[in-house]
Amino acid sequence: MKRLVKLREIWLVLANVALLLLIALRFPGFVKPANLAQVFNDSSLLIILTLGQMTVIVSRSLDLSIASNLCFSGMAIAMLNAAHPHISVGVLIVLALGIGLALGALNGLLIWLCEVPPIVVTLGTLSIFRGATYVLSGGAWVNADQMSPSFIAFQRMVVLGLPVLSWIAIVAIGLFAILMRWMPFGRSVYAAGVNPTAAVYTGIDVGRTKFFVFCISGAVAGLVGYLWVARYVIASVEIASGYELTVIAACLVGGVSIAGGVGSVAGAVLGALFLGIIADALPVINVSPFWQMAISGVAIIVAVALNLRGERRPGRIILKPTETA
Amino acid sequence: MSEATVQRRLVPDRLDQPLWRRLMCWETLLAAIALAIFAINSVASPYFLDPWSLSDLTFTFTEKGLIALAMALLFISGEFDLSVAAIMALASTLMGMAAQAGASTPLLVVVGVAVGLLCGAGNGLLVAYFRLPSIVGTVGTMSLFRGVAFIILGDQADGKYPADLAFFGQGYVWRAISFELVLFVVAAIVYGFVLHCTTFGRRIFVIGANPEAAVYSGVRVARIKFQLFCLTGLMSGLAAVLITSRLGSTRPSIAQGYELDVITMVVLGGVSIEGGAGSIPGVVLAACIMGLVTFGLGLLNVPTIVMSIVIGALLIAIIALPPLWRKLRRERFG
Repeated sequence: MKRLVKLREIWLVLANVALLLLIALRFPGFVKPANLAQVFNDSSLLIILTLGQMTVIVSRSLDLSIASNLCFSGMAIAMLNAAHPHISVGVLIVLALGIGLALGALNGLLIWLCEVPPIVVTLGTLSIFRGATYVLSGGAWVNADQMSPSFIAFQRMVVLGLPVLSWIAIVAIGLFAILMRWMPFGRSVYAAGVNPTAAVYTGIDVGRTKFFVFCISGAVAGLVGYLWVARYVIASVEIASGYELTVIAACLVGGVSIAGGVGSVAGAVLGALFLGIIADALPVINVSPFWQMAISGVAIIVAVALNLRGERRPGRIILKPTETA
Repeated sequence: MSEATVQRRLVPDRLDQPLWRRLMCWETLLAAIALAIFAINSVASPYFLDPWSLSDLTFTFTEKGLIALAMALLFISGEFDLSVAAIMALASTLMGMAAQAGASTPLLVVVGVAVGLLCGAGNGLLVAYFRLPSIVGTVGTMSLFRGVAFIILGDQADGKYPADLAFFGQGYVWRAISFELVLFVVAAIVYGFVLHCTTFGRRIFVIGANPEAAVYSGVRVARIKFQLFCLTGLMSGLAAVLITSRLGSTRPSIAQGYELDVITMVVLGGVSIEGGAGSIPGVVLAACIMGLVTFGLGLLNVPTIVMSIVIGALLIAIIALPPLWRKLRRERFG
């Protein structure tokens, strides 16, 4: 079993390398270290969100509200920054995390205490959070000239050769790896996803676990809310619209099973990188960016079909069609 | 077996219930809510109670409602289709191409519906025969279908449709009764009959309630699921014809986000997300409620995006209340 899991990540690494080689055949400049660092930086937002979503999917849930949560947190922080430019970036980041966490906790509470299916709750809050952003901002944008210079510059600051944005992604990968692999909470997330009934018998409160999982996913979305607004230097009601599906796509390409209990940090990161490389490569190889959507669609279907073939256990189908004769 | 046994699978013997008890069901609650919103709307806006206003109201839900009917069947069988809006976009885009090539109106309708059917068959193949989880397969095809629409149209729009295509989305059958509304009512009756009065309908419930038992009872699970995906695709194609005709133009972003509205309608209509329970009258009432809420708020100049807060809250509240109510009652009576 352990070897099988290992195998999947190796395949994902190979898929990423093959993709890079394919691009390098025509544009060798794409695989220069400086450009690869740039690609990683461009994919950072997707990677961070994918880590949060992976945790949710592993617990056998789905969070459709992350993009709207990101939009709300980003807008709130940007407006605060525009109104009070003297508040330091550190405080704003903590606030962004806090706002995201609060919204995620709202999802979690509804799922834990009211026992509403996660997909229904987050489908509802998907509309609610984005609507709330409109109410908060009155439909107005926060533009580059309204944001303070340090607010924009922080995530671009180069430390040890990489921008802070990349470093945040790297730290997030490390934290999630520790959480999911070595912390009791991470293991209980897997347990709740693999077999909720058995998890209850081993003393895991599945509802509470899901609550915390949604808190994590919300906090991550809040953090990315700041990063997104600072990176694209615009806060509007429209930002990241539909991005939740890209994040789910990255999880699926990364081998996270929608049925819960299966998925790893390495897989999620590789899945996000795969989509990130495609997004960055399309303009380089002169393909219209309109192709990106169709390509990621095909990538999802192929990745899931391949994963499924590896996962299917023999003897699952009890009644074969030939036996009925 | 009566309808009641299906909705409350845990209580098998509800055949000889008094009438008042049988009326205490989800559909009655929905009807009461619909009436209440209707009354509030009539008081809140002087423009609401007018035949033409009410006719305009129906346009807010007929297209999504048509898809919701087929989606309800899919939900009951335990599956899911997120790609319906993308199918609409692709069907509309290809209709635009056909119109550019000089196709006549009947041919355009055939193109729209056929594209929908083919896309649905693709979904069905992935889910029923290749056994992809439906949420995953249709997230993939959702990107794929809309992606193809974007590849074909880019940032352009298609608007060269023959004038008589406009009838489907803008025409009226009799006075203020639109063609779309008539189509929706007919489709609702047909779907209600198929789901509640035929063996095919019974099989859909069986598949959703217990797929393994369904296999043992000789139900061809994969084939029926495939057919249901085809049906959902077909209805999306039909909705694409209507929306193309109503707007008279096609952009690749047409019907963006409709899938969530359709799913909200189905879930609001009392169809179980785990499969095995639901009814067509519920879905029709839910479609009316969504239409009443959006149109009523629209008359009061509330922006669409604020309406989405109301719709989202309505969805969560209506799903959260029954389990919460049952939990409270259980605690009170031990």
